[in-house]
Amino acid sequence: MKIYKYASPSMFYPLAGRIWPVFAVIAAVLCTIGLYMGLFVAPVDFQQGEVYRIIFIHVGTCWMGMFIYLVMGFYGILALSFNTRISAMMMEALAPTGAMFTAIGLLTGALWGKPTWGTYWVWDARMTSTLILLFLYVGFIALTHAIEDKRRADKAGALLAIVGTVNIPIIYFSVTWWNTLHQGMTVTATAAPKAAPLMAWAMLIMALACWAYAIAVSLVRVRAIILEREAGAAWLGELKK
Amino acid sequence: MTAAAMPAGEDREFAPERGVWLAAARDLRIGLRSKGELAQALMFLVIVVSLFPLAVGADPTLLKRIAPGVVWVAALLSVLLTLPRIFAADYADGTLEQLLLSPYPLPLIAGGKMVAHWLMTGMPLALIAPVLGLQFGLAGDELVVLVVSLLLGTPVLSMIGAIGAALTLGLRGASVLMALLVLPLYMPVLIFGAGAVDQVMSSVDYAANLSLLGAMLLLGALASPFAVAAALRISLD
Repeated sequence: MKIYKYASPSMFYPLAGRIWPVFAVIAAVLCTIGLYMGLFVAPVDFQQGEVYRIIFIHVGTCWMGMFIYLVMGFYGILALSFNTRISAMMMEALAPTGAMFTAIGLLTGALWGKPTWGTYWVWDARMTSTLILLFLYVGFIALTHAIEDKRRADKAGALLAIVGTVNIPIIYFSVTWWNTLHQGMTVTATAAPKAAPLMAWAMLIMALACWAYAIAVSLVRVRAIILEREAGAAWLGELKK
Repeated sequence: MTAAAMPAGEDREFAPERGVWLAAARDLRIGLRSKGELAQALMFLVIVVSLFPLAVGADPTLLKRIAPGVVWVAALLSVLLTLPRIFAADYADGTLEQLLLSPYPLPLIAGGKMVAHWLMTGMPLALIAPVLGLQFGLAGDELVVLVVSLLLGTPVLSMIGAIGAALTLGLRGASVLMALLVLPLYMPVLIFGAGAVDQVMSSVDYAANLSLLGAMLLLGALASPFAVAAALRISLD
């Protein structure tokens, strides 16, 4: 298989350099379209007024926050089973983006909750599990940064991401059941008004924009990581010429 | 060479599965020689639990309402404090490297160390919990469910904690880092453990929560020895 050759940093570095501008353009275009549809074209919600428009940012960032952790778990499996350095570098490049999306998701959720539910924060199942997800990201970043030996940091991070991925469904269901058992909430995020087709399209386009942004940014970051780790490698010297 | 690293006597046939018991027995022997250290975790639990009435007031209904959560959070924190004991001393004096070289499978040795850790921390915590429950006004069935939930849940805390302890071996600021790694993973155990006691207090069927704790215990027993073994190999590479 030809694709295996991209497991080598020297092959992946130029590939990432060619790919990331494409995704950056896709992200910019989709974001412009999505925001225009969401902020100007989509009708005002008769119950919530203009404030509901924050979901066009909220939904996509939340999805990406969850999705990126799964991608990290996948790279973790690759890193441990094939011992590929580039997989671990990708995990390290993805983690800050995932944490950022999760944090934005929580923040926009809180800002939406204040006028709609009357409070910034409720211990709703989704919000709680998203918060725990943010903790998982923080733990991953803290561990990989605390270990000075890069090889050990890579593998420890990979193992932690796999353990975290196994735990995500457990955490999600435990929090959901905890919430229904405690009977505290009457309004949940699922009770949000049904989206009109146009709104659904705008949300989907925004989610795709977040996805393309995540790819572009993590590729740029992985290039920086490669430069940092491979500084002094022969192939980099040749590349400079 | 340590007792656990030594192959079974030459006249006996080598049995890999004995690794669990040899590792557990060795850690128990070492642990029981410093009983003061074991008592510290228990005292920590008692003190943390005693802080809550001082902080929230002595209203008996409020205290009873928060009792399951308080005892469970305190138990979780005192398990967290004892996690470095599982590997740190063995790592410092090089025993851990010998254990990695021993003919016994590493997952079994890791499993034995987790068993020993639970016997010296989780189990005593569970057994002292009824006294704390009484102070908060729990009674009868509530105390029984509190103990059972702790007996089922604290082994899971030892298992998840051992992964965190193995990953952070020898790092600067390892204890705070370990808390960051381990506490989010502890949350499901906390939810079902405290939830079971909550439910018996409001006369709802609590069996589901205990079953879920049991399921986590089985899953942990199955998976955690391998995860810990992998983490040890990474940290000692």
